[in-house]
Amino acid sequence: MRNILAIYTKELKTYFNAPMAYIFLVIFAVVNGYFFTNTFFLFNQSNMRALFNIIPLVYLFFIPAVTMSLIAREKNVGTIEIVHTMPIKDGEFITGKFLAAFTLILVGLGTTLLHLITLMNVGMNIDYGAVLTGYLGLAMVGAVYTSVGTFSSSITDNQVVAFIIGLFIVLVFFLMDKMLIFVPASMAGIIQYLSVDYHFSNISRGVIDSRNLIYFASVIGFFLLMTARMLEIRKWR
Amino acid sequence: MIKVEKLSKYYGDVKAVKSIDFTVNDGEILGFLGANGAGKTTTLKVITGYLMPTSGNVYVNDMNILEHSHEIQKQIGYLAELNPLYNEMIVYDFLEFIAKIRRIEGAAYKKALVRVIDQCGLSGVVHRQIGACSKGYKQRIGLATAMIHDPAILLLDEPVTGLDPNQIVEIRELIKELGKEKLVMISSHILQEIQATVDRIVIIHKGEIVADGTSQELMSGFVGNTQLTLEAHKVNDESLQTFAATHPAINVVKTEDLKNDHRILHLEYAKEKDPRTEIFKFAVDSGWVITEMSPHQIELENIFRSLTKEGGSNA
Repeated sequence: MRNILAIYTKELKTYFNAPMAYIFLVIFAVVNGYFFTNTFFLFNQSNMRALFNIIPLVYLFFIPAVTMSLIAREKNVGTIEIVHTMPIKDGEFITGKFLAAFTLILVGLGTTLLHLITLMNVGMNIDYGAVLTGYLGLAMVGAVYTSVGTFSSSITDNQVVAFIIGLFIVLVFFLMDKMLIFVPASMAGIIQYLSVDYHFSNISRGVIDSRNLIYFASVIGFFLLMTARMLEIRKWR
Repeated sequence: MIKVEKLSKYYGDVKAVKSIDFTVNDGEILGFLGANGAGKTTTLKVITGYLMPTSGNVYVNDMNILEHSHEIQKQIGYLAELNPLYNEMIVYDFLEFIAKIRRIEGAAYKKALVRVIDQCGLSGVVHRQIGACSKGYKQRIGLATAMIHDPAILLLDEPVTGLDPNQIVEIRELIKELGKEKLVMISSHILQEIQATVDRIVIIHKGEIVADGTSQELMSGFVGNTQLTLEAHKVNDESLQTFAATHPAINVVKTEDLKNDHRILHLEYAKEKDPRTEIFKFAVDSGWVITEMSPHQIELENIFRSLTKEGGSNA
């Protein structure tokens, strides 16, 4: 636990001592702000649907960019040797890294609360429950994409390759339920269940179902475990 | 104590280390010597638990690396060959991070920090970014990382590469000091670099151990002749022929004529016989005026070169 905290703190310091985190946060806020306000006054509806629809799309590019350096950079520079010759378990190392990147995503998500304030000032009959579950869903999707990014960062020592692989995998998860018309009916159910969007839309509608939470937890767990396997393989090669 | 037992490490088809055995005792400074690519770094990486052995095992204080790698890592301080560091971090933050993982906190941390800053001479750079430090400082930061938890075992992979001569002397002194109570293993591809510091030398070549012993033992086991340079005036051809005829045990390898019978003779003889008094007496009798007579010690360097001659670079 203390190792996780040490890695986590170090990673956050690395993010926030460099311009990287600030650039990410500003661009993330501007992009979301544009897409939200663009339609908000046009539709004249007191909800944040527009924002909740756009953020998963923005995540697609932003999260792989945030996570690409997590492990690939350590491999490239060689600092992974420092970590792996000290008594740190792979799981602690990965969890610390994952949580740090996830924290940055949450801070990014926090910038969109500004739009909630706008809504509270101009809107009527706001469904705060839906807003809350919407944010919970966004956090979950962010965590899933972060775990994918952590994994893709562990399979290469090249950050650009890590970004592209990460983008590809999250794109597959994102597009799965949009491709349902192309797959045989027998497969459709499974593919739909695997897609991130299906579970996200359930949650953002205001329904917190344990099935959705279990789905998110298991995808995160799967990719973090795969990351641990990738790190383990290195020792035996 | 480190005990390496039939250790092999293959990278695919490349056999980096082939079934090597050696032990290092507590309080001993071991020089681990070999040409580039001989398998030094691979061996150290296995001992630190960074790589797993293909076969064989490593025991550190009776714990084996396959089952107790974390316990072993707690007792080891390791300076990696390329000394990777988090360049974007401040030196102080970096040391604090290492200390946290080594479970040094509170008052103990402050004490440890003061100790390594003093031992490694880091006082001027504590608040600097690591990436902005010079190569010499980076090397010392790496050393501080290895020593902050005051480990019983120190593994230093080429610790003095890239340092200037003054720093090399400082680091050597430090290693000697540390070696009084710790087990220190230093790898190097340059013999002079470690000859003065270590108690024992293990030479590895193409993944196999080719020599193991103190520098005296290695030198005495080496078969070869001692060479001697003799510079003298009034050495004429006649007396030179007489010298060769009367001293069959001494081989005149080469003579350099300077001027007016001023010559430099290069002589060679079996190392167990020292003919210098005889040469002196003969010179007196023949009227030679000796200006220089210097035997060349068999240098460890020659042994190292002859053991690691084929393949790799001769250090």
